[in-house]
Amino acid sequence: MTSMAILTIFLLSIFVGFEVVSKVSTTLHTPLMSGANAIHGIILVGAILVADKATSTLETTLSILAVVLATINMVGGFVVTDRMLEMFKGKGGKK
Amino acid sequence: MNSNLYELTGLAVAISFIMALKGLSAPKTARRGNLIGAAGATIATVIVFFDPSSTKHHNTLLILAAIAFGVLVGVPAARKIQMTQMPQLVALFNGVGGGAAALVATVEYLNLSSEGKPSTANIVATVFTVIVGCTSFAGSVITFLKLQELMTTRPVVFPGGRFVIAATLAGVLATGGWTIASGGNTPLLVMGGLSLLFGVLFVLPVGGADVPIVISLLNAFTGLTVAASGYVLQSTLLIVAGTLVGASGTILTRKMAEAMGRSLFGTLFGAFTAKPQAATGAAETRPVKSGSPDDVAILLNYASRVVIVPGFGLAVAQAQHTVRELADLLAAKGVEVAYGIHPVAGRMPGHMNVLLAEANVPYEQLVEMEEINPTFPQTDVVLVVGANDVVNPAAKTTPGCPIYGMPILDVASAGNVIFLKRSMRPGFAGIENDLLYDAKTTLLFGDAKDSLTKVVSALKNL
Repeated sequence: MTSMAILTIFLLSIFVGFEVVSKVSTTLHTPLMSGANAIHGIILVGAILVADKATSTLETTLSILAVVLATINMVGGFVVTDRMLEMFKGKGGKK
Repeated sequence: MNSNLYELTGLAVAISFIMALKGLSAPKTARRGNLIGAAGATIATVIVFFDPSSTKHHNTLLILAAIAFGVLVGVPAARKIQMTQMPQLVALFNGVGGGAAALVATVEYLNLSSEGKPSTANIVATVFTVIVGCTSFAGSVITFLKLQELMTTRPVVFPGGRFVIAATLAGVLATGGWTIASGGNTPLLVMGGLSLLFGVLFVLPVGGADVPIVISLLNAFTGLTVAASGYVLQSTLLIVAGTLVGASGTILTRKMAEAMGRSLFGTLFGAFTAKPQAATGAAETRPVKSGSPDDVAILLNYASRVVIVPGFGLAVAQAQHTVRELADLLAAKGVEVAYGIHPVAGRMPGHMNVLLAEANVPYEQLVEMEEINPTFPQTDVVLVVGANDVVNPAAKTTPGCPIYGMPILDVASAGNVIFLKRSMRPGFAGIENDLLYDAKTTLLFGDAKDSLTKVVSALKNL
C-alpha cells in the first residue's frame, strides 16, 4: 500500500467516524462507547497475524498474550453492549 | 484464499463497523447495530486464518486455545456483571484492548528488526502504538480501581505532581526519539515502561466524577493505536476500524464533557491547579432534618407533582424496580410523576436510562435535564434517590470546587426535597452538599431499596 492510499483511507475514516455519531442522544452515550470499545477489539486480527508468524519464545508469548487480551476486549465488549441494549427492547416499537 | 476475495471480505467487515456505529446512535437500531458489528468482527477473526499473504502458520492451535481462553474470561465477565459495575468493566475491556495493541506492535517490531532495521515510518507507528497503548492500559486499570472503589475516588494530587508527570512525559518522548533514531529493542522496552507510568500518573489526579470522560477519551486513544498498528501490519481493516473508533470516540468524549459543562482540557488538567485540601469539616455540625418513611409517604401523598431524581445510590441498591412501584402507586393516586435524568447521573452518561429501562419505566416519564429544570418551581416534592453531586448547588455557587460549572438539576426551587441517602457522606466528587441542610429538605437514611420499600408500604396504608 502506498502512503498516499493509507493517508486517504485514514482521513476519510475520520470523517465517517465524526459523521456517524454526530446525532447520538444522551441516552445512548454509554452503549455507544461500549460498542466502539468492542470494535477496537478488532486488534485481535492483528494479534492473530503476528502470532501466526512468531517463531521465538518471546514473540510467541507476547503475541499469544495479545490474542487473549484482544479476545476479551472484543467478545466481552459486544456481549456487555448487547446486555445494556437488551434493556431498551420493546420501547422502540411503542414510542 | 484468493487475495481479492480476502480484501473484499475485509472491506465488508469495515462497512459493518460503520453500520454498527450508525445503528448504535439511534435507540431503535442500537441493538441490531451492535449485532452487525459483532458479526463483522467474527467474520474478520475467521478469515484472518486464511490470509493469503501469511504463508507460515506456526501457532494455529495455540492461537485457537488463546481465543477460547479469552472467550471463557470475557463472556462470563460481561454476562454476570451487575449493571452498577458496567462502567468499570468497559474501562477494563478498553485497557486490555490498548495493551493488546501495544503488544502486537512490539512483536511486529521485534520481528521486523530481526530482519534488519525497520523503516522509519514503521518505527514511528510502533512507537506511537506502544506509548498510547501502554498509557491507555495503565490509565484504564486506574479508572477501574477508582470506579470499583478499590482506591480513593478523589483526585490524587501530591506536591510537585505536575513536574513528575511532565518529567515522565518528557522521558517517554525522549526514549521514543531514541527508539526512532537507534531502532534498538532496549529503548522500546524502556519507553513502554515509562508509558505505563505515565498512564498511571495521568489518571490519578482526575476526580471521580470526571472518570467517565477519561474512559471515553482512553477509548478513542485505543482506537488510534489500533489504526497505527494497522499501518505497521499493512492491514486496511485495522486502519479503518481503529480510525473510526478514534474519531467517533473523540466526538463522544466532547459531547460527554459538554453534558457535564466542562471543557476537556479542564477535566484533564483541572487537578493540576486545584487545591488538594477542600474546605470541609466546618459545615458538618449543622443540623439536618431527618424523617421517617411515614413522613415521606405523607409528603408524597399530598403532592400534586413529584419528580424523582435517581443517582448512583439507586443503582447500588438495585432499587429501580421498587422506585417504579412507588411511581406507579403515586400515579394511581393521581399524582403526576416524572423522572429527572441528569446526563451524567450514576457513573456514566445514560446510566440511569439503562437502569430504569430495565425496570420497564415508560420512556415518556424520563425527562432530560434541560426540560425538567423549568418545571421544578411547579413541583411539590422532589425525591432524590441516591444522587448527590448532580443536585449540588455548589456547582453554581462555589467557584473553585471540583464540580463548579457543571449544569445541575435545579431541585432547590421545588417545594420540598427528600433525600434518600445511606449516610451524610459526600457524593462521588467528594463535596459537601449545602442543600442537605436546607429547611425544606427531609432526609431518610438507609439503603435506597429498603427506604423505598418502607415508603411504599407506608403509602399503601394511608
